[in-house]
Order: sequence, then C-alpha cells, then structure tokens
Amino acid sequence: MRKLALTATAVALFGGLPLAAQAAPADDLKSFREYFMKRFPGVPLEEYKNGVYAINADARSSWEAIEEFPPYEDELMRGEELFNTPFANGKTYASCFPNGGKGIRQNYPYFDSNSGSVKTLEGEINECRTKNGEKPLAWQKGDIAQISAYMASTANGKKLNVKVPNDPRALAAYARGKQHFYAKRGQLNLSCANCHVDNSGNMVRADTLSPALGHPTHFPVYRLKWSGLGTLHRRYGGCNKQVRAKAFDAQSDEYKALEYFHTYMSNGISVNAPSSRK
Amino acid sequence: MANSIKIRARMKGDSCEVKSLIKHQMETGLRKDKKTGKVIPAHFIQEVSCEHNGSAVLTANWGTAISTNPYLSFEFSGAKKGDTIKLSWVDNMGESDSAEADIK
Repeated sequence: MRKLALTATAVALFGGLPLAAQAAPADDLKSFREYFMKRFPGVPLEEYKNGVYAINADARSSWEAIEEFPPYEDELMRGEELFNTPFANGKTYASCFPNGGKGIRQNYPYFDSNSGSVKTLEGEINECRTKNGEKPLAWQKGDIAQISAYMASTANGKKLNVKVPNDPRALAAYARGKQHFYAKRGQLNLSCANCHVDNSGNMVRADTLSPALGHPTHFPVYRLKWSGLGTLHRRYGGCNKQVRAKAFDAQSDEYKALEYFHTYMSNGISVNAPSSRK
Repeated sequence: MANSIKIRARMKGDSCEVKSLIKHQMETGLRKDKKTGKVIPAHFIQEVSCEHNGSAVLTANWGTAISTNPYLSFEFSGAKKGDTIKLSWVDNMGESDSAEADIK
C-alpha cells in the first residue's frame, strides 16, 4: 500500500498530473524530507528554518552580521503596538484568537470545516478587523505584515503543526496546493519545485536557491530587496512574476492552497519569524 | 536625531571592530511617484566618518548605489577597550547625525 502511494507520488512529481487524493500527505512529507536529507547530508532538519543560510556558509556569515542589528526590529515593534491597540469598539485582536493570539502561529494555515476553506493568519487578522467594525488591511506588506510578524514571533521555537484532516475538501485544498507547487508556469516554464527542490543549492544568477523544506517558518520576512517586511503571499506573487507568469492575488484560494501544502511540508521545523533574507 | 544610528564597537585582538546600522531612506532620485508621475528627489548619505581620539579612522564617500538603511562594518587599529568612537553622517540635503559608542 505504501509502495503504491510512493509510486503515485513519484508519478505525480514527474508527470505533473493533477492529483485527487492519491498519496496521503504524511507520505508526501516523508519523501519531501528524505529528498533534502539526501541532497544536503549533515544538515539537520531544524536548520532548514534558516533557508539558504543552512546550506551556504559564505552567505551565512553576511546574514549573521546583519542579524546583529535585525533590520526588521522597527516593524516588529510596530506590529506589537498595532496588535495591542484596541479597535474603536474597545476590543483587541486578542479577543479573536485562541490564547489571545500568542503562541499560535505554528497551527496556521488550518482547514476550517465550517466554512470549508483554508484559514491563514493574515486572513484571520482581517476577519478579526471586519468582525469588529474595522476596515480590512491591505495584504502583503505594511500593517498586516507587521501584526502577523509580531504574532508569529510569539510562537518562535514552536514546531510547525499544520493538520490536513481526512475531509475531502481539506484534501482537495492540499492537492491543489501540491499541484501549484509542482506545475510549470510562465514564460520561463518553471515550477516552484524546479528551483526549490531540483535546483536547491544551485545558483540562479547571483542567488543561491533555497530549499523548499523550511520555507514558511520565518514568514513574514524582511527582505533586503523590499527594504521591509512582506508576507508569504507577497513572495508567492514575486516568484510567479519572476518566471513571467501572472501572479494570483494575495489570499486567493490558489495561494491559500499553496500555503497549506507548502507549510505542511515544513511540519516539525520551528517557527522563527520574522527573519531577514536577501 | 541620534536614533538613526545603531552602533557597537568591540576589540578583536589588536583591532577594533565597529558594526553599525544607519536608518536612512537613501533615495536615488531615479524613482517616480506612482501617483503623480513626478521624480522622488534624491536623498542619500554622501559622507560617513568615524573619529577616534581626535583623528578620523574612516571616511566614506557614498552614492546612490548604497541601499536603504545601510549596514556598515569596519575594523581599525590603534584603539583599546574603554575608548570612545564617534560615527557621523551627512547627506546631500545637508542633514546629519552622529552617535558615540564605547569600545568593549
């Protein structure tokens, strides 16, 4: 049975076939990890939260120097302020989340059986706002990234623990995310996997490609390129555009499904948000 | 506004290692405002200098190629623990700032 599931995963990987619930997510996770363990021998699973700096010593020394004065500090402090500021009706963000919003980042995204949809942290931040009579924040950067970064930072050290329940709708969202990850797109005809799995550790022009294992642990992330914090969906949009494909909207069903699959693949690795990257 | 410079100085053997993060927009003057279409005027640090015991140990002439919120790190000799250094910058609009740090 397991051999069949692994074969099905292999066929799907190489054939880019749209998936029904062929392979169980747990099997995907196992083969995903095994691939990277083999590709980068000696790098422990936990180190993957540092992305490219786990596999490139030269880049790591520059990064460690910059982290002495973390470039995200100001925005992180602002995120804490925003999180603690009450809405016009007197309530705060804490009232919308379990444990007052602290130490919960590792459970996102999750499948909500009531609405039948994937819920992301940024999505719930805005749901909290509209529920309390406030206008939703713009996605990708600014306030939403700062609040999300603060909330994520309160969960630093906790291992990512995304669940895919045995619900056909959840499995469909997972499958959709998996399909996006492995499908080629854009004028450059590249998939997420082409760079971040097949060519992780190799260079594309002046950048070393980071392994997909461990990707979502440190989002929202401060990118030197952005001179600021950005969310995971901001990066997804950028990646799509880089291969000259049309980007999807932040918090679209497509990106939520991708985040669902992508984060599940990093289960067991600690949250370390925000972090800084090139 | 001395809060634009974060600075740390440490002895590493015989030389003093200085690390700093300077908060500055470093606008190149080549970007356009998306709404008005007008060029956003250049606003960038032109000179950074570091003083120790009355003499300049570093003078840097910067231009528009330096990114926003530049990180600067350098080493110099002739210092000892407990000395003070002063890092200053001046930009093309005449604004300036400086910060002092004790060498640890």
